[in-house]
Amino acid sequence: MTTLLARLIALLARIASGPAVRVAGDGVCQGQCIFYANHTSHLDVVVLWAVLPGALRQRTRPVAARDYWEKSALRRFAATRIFNAVLVDRDGNLAALRQQLDQLIAALDDGASLIIFPEGTRGSGDEVASFRPGLHFLARQRPDVALVPVNLHNLGRIMPKGEFAPAPQLSRVTFGAPLYLEPKEGKDAFLERARAALIALDAA
Amino acid sequence: MTITNPLPMDPGLQALGGGILAVLVIATVVGEMLARRASSDAARAAIRNLKDRVRAWWVMCAVLALALLTGRTGAALLFMGVSFLALREFVTLAPTRHGDHRALLWIFFVVTPVQYWLVWRDWYGLFAIFIPVFVFLLAPARVALAGDTGDFLARTAVIQWGLMICVYCVSYAPALLMLDANGEGGGAKLLLFLLIVVQGSDVLQYIWGKLLGRRKIAPLVSPNKTWEGFVGGVASATLLGTALWWLTPFAPWQAAVMALVIALMGFAGGLTMSAIKRDRGVKDFGTLIAGHGGILDRIDSLCFAAPVFFHLVRYFFGA
Repeated sequence: MTTLLARLIALLARIASGPAVRVAGDGVCQGQCIFYANHTSHLDVVVLWAVLPGALRQRTRPVAARDYWEKSALRRFAATRIFNAVLVDRDGNLAALRQQLDQLIAALDDGASLIIFPEGTRGSGDEVASFRPGLHFLARQRPDVALVPVNLHNLGRIMPKGEFAPAPQLSRVTFGAPLYLEPKEGKDAFLERARAALIALDAA
Repeated sequence: MTITNPLPMDPGLQALGGGILAVLVIATVVGEMLARRASSDAARAAIRNLKDRVRAWWVMCAVLALALLTGRTGAALLFMGVSFLALREFVTLAPTRHGDHRALLWIFFVVTPVQYWLVWRDWYGLFAIFIPVFVFLLAPARVALAGDTGDFLARTAVIQWGLMICVYCVSYAPALLMLDANGEGGGAKLLLFLLIVVQGSDVLQYIWGKLLGRRKIAPLVSPNKTWEGFVGGVASATLLGTALWWLTPFAPWQAAVMALVIALMGFAGGLTMSAIKRDRGVKDFGTLIAGHGGILDRIDSLCFAAPVFFHLVRYFFGA
């Protein structure tokens, strides 16, 4: 039943966002990956999830903001039963943050792939903000997991901040080549390199 | 008032269906044969494009056949889907801003279904003026209410233009089913006549252009349109329409005139939509249909031909 619903939601997401998917290299993800993407709309997680190939989608868990996705019963149902999301609090104290990152590590150890938005919050779409440290933490804890940049284009116009429904348009989802944390690479250098890789995908 | 009007499969229509099937099969076979002989990379790419186009034609014909067989409801739903997808492509290119969002939601989810409900319900009076009068006035007011006045006139004009082309003009195709006083499927046959002539005109202009094309008509707008392709295509489309006179209430010479008008309007549509694509810096409106581009790339000629054909038929042969 939930698979049918998941397929329906994926279809609706595709109708609303007409995504043109481009993939650098061999395929979207070999094995286990952490997908990291730019964030301009609540549609981001739904569309990225919807364009993943079926088998990969079933073992991918998006990281989603608890304050948005627990607001109504419908959203809670979607987040847990359809998307199988890991819900996190965006603004929390350091201890809560640490606990959430441990949650993500546990998900990775379970074999799941993750979808995260390192900017932390939705941007205006003009610029990719500097990354929060979570991505670096995950890469350091599990350096063998491929980090795949995903550029999402035009979703911020389809459903801007503060809107409840999408005005359907075409969008682009570009999967880049995977990258890994270099040994002895500093946090800021790594985050900047990851961010640059993401930005470069839009121009390609 | 008839709610649905399933297409009566009289012998003429069956022959037409058989003819279209034959053309598709021949095109497929030709594609296969050419593919086996293709030697250069350029030839292979051109053949692949041809095969993509033929495959898309199979799908489009199948979908249309399915829709027409279920009558007015199927046709209204099919063209509503077409309008929705066309609007989606158009708004992508339109320079809209956040202030337009609510108005766009109205357009996608209220105005479009209402327009096709009016078609389905056979309500000509409101169908003809709902978008050009009511929505034309109310949409800008809604946008003004949102308070974002940057580029206001340009944004409003673009939204209305897109609505007219993607929804209003396209809805004239299933509206032909309204012109069916006898309930004998005459409206559906008119729709078939329109579709065969307008799409045939596109294909024939393309073929003549590939065979003989030399002098470009408007190279800054559309690099592929040539005088040879235009004249050859329009002339053969007129002949095609004349040959289909039995589908319509027209005498053969009238069918020729109608086909000529349809082909000319179709050309105008293709040219105009190309100009828009040039302006926005894109080659196609989208990538929905392999080999063709987006849905707007496929129906650009239909958008211009359908309203004119509808009104000519209504005026001269009126129901």
